[in-house]
Amino acid sequence: MDTALIPKGVRRCPMWQFLLGLGIVGAVLAWGVYAMLLCWFKGLNQTNMNNYYGFALWIWADLAVIALGGGAFFSGLLKYIIGKDELKHIINYAVLIGFICYSSALLILAIDIGQPLRGWFIFWHANIHSMLTEVAFCLSCYFSVLTIEYIPLILENRQLNKVPFFHHLSHNMHEVMAVFAATGAFLSFFHQGSLGGVAGVLFGRPFAFREGLLIWPWTFFLFTWSAAAYGPCFTLLLTWITEKVTRKKLVKDNVVELLAKISGWMILTYTVAKICDTTRWANITVPGMGQTLADFYTGNAFYGYWILFVEIVLCGVVPAIILISAPLRKNPAWRITAFFLGVIGVSLNRWVMILQVMAVPVMPFDSWALYYPSWQEVATTILPVAYGVILIMISYRYLPIFPQEAELNPIEEAATAAVEIQTDTTPDLEPAQA
Amino acid sequence: MFPFSFEWLWDTGHIVFHGGLWYALNIIGIGMTYCVIKAVIDSSKGKGGHGRH
Repeated sequence: MDTALIPKGVRRCPMWQFLLGLGIVGAVLAWGVYAMLLCWFKGLNQTNMNNYYGFALWIWADLAVIALGGGAFFSGLLKYIIGKDELKHIINYAVLIGFICYSSALLILAIDIGQPLRGWFIFWHANIHSMLTEVAFCLSCYFSVLTIEYIPLILENRQLNKVPFFHHLSHNMHEVMAVFAATGAFLSFFHQGSLGGVAGVLFGRPFAFREGLLIWPWTFFLFTWSAAAYGPCFTLLLTWITEKVTRKKLVKDNVVELLAKISGWMILTYTVAKICDTTRWANITVPGMGQTLADFYTGNAFYGYWILFVEIVLCGVVPAIILISAPLRKNPAWRITAFFLGVIGVSLNRWVMILQVMAVPVMPFDSWALYYPSWQEVATTILPVAYGVILIMISYRYLPIFPQEAELNPIEEAATAAVEIQTDTTPDLEPAQA
Repeated sequence: MFPFSFEWLWDTGHIVFHGGLWYALNIIGIGMTYCVIKAVIDSSKGKGGHGRH
């Protein structure tokens, strides 16, 4: 039915199976959209946010997907600027994941501001003293860059590529992609950093506050560093999941191992920096503000020292050791464990820097304020996941996301001939139809 | 925000913040304009081939 649109030399599941999958994920998407509309039409009273929690589940999800989407800018930097050419075999998927993550982040923000029609105010009436203004600027611009990086992939669809203008446009965009990749790295450095800076400048909340360099608290650099370190883990984890779902090898091991090794060294250096930061904060910053470390990890039902251990040791030191050690990295089970721990680690770090910050009492008469999201918040947080799955399904089916797929999964000659005959007899589609 | 907006001030903050924004937007805009114009020229010249990039 859609054979003419499927990339050459690869096989895809039957249409009914594809549509069934889309329908199931689409139902989850519809649930999220319903919750989103409730928030827009009835207001933010649909959430459990309150005077303690101006930032809540959405902002955690926002920061987490932005960190996890960091694989796009870091892979782009490695390929186009540093010259790691092997990564061309995974960069398409990294871009797609980045595109999904950043569009999800913008969608979440559109729900969170409650009045999306006034979203443009942050650009026109910008408060230049706010880290969040810088985040808004860089996030929007970087999303444009990711869109530009994703467009050539769409134009390489088998039918679209037959249109001379689209073919040349795609070719030209590839030629200047290094400029866009460099711009993306510049924008990512600042918005990832500023998201960390938002927490670090809160001098009224000793749990989050950090000293720093000039106007930038240390959290600024730690957030950028962690996104570059853990983002590739997410890209590689999703690649592995896609391989399991499609029951195909999609990327060669040498490519996966190269990115995993770079990610491992980045995680190691980040974790060392994080340990130094935490040690200094616990021994100098916190006592200097009249509090002790125990104030932040005791006296409540949820946040304990365990969270510090899980974030820094279990999800920092452990994946770093696995990924920098060649024997462990080459073992698929250990490698996937490291990716999984890495993804949990960076998500937990964002949780701590958003939600634990809000939970910790800051006044002598305050007590711990734990927070439980409403179902509308949960549904709208799951919404981007469903949207991402749908976009991956469509992109994988119709676009050459994995350049090594045909080579790694050769289809029998007879089947190839049958597909070719069928394709040849299929009249070329007009661009609009395609 | 542009310099002709009533809220604009000629101070370091505004120049750095908005300078950075316009710098990025200009690179994106000029880059895409170049790609589109070159694609139009290439198409009109009949340059072809469906080679891989």
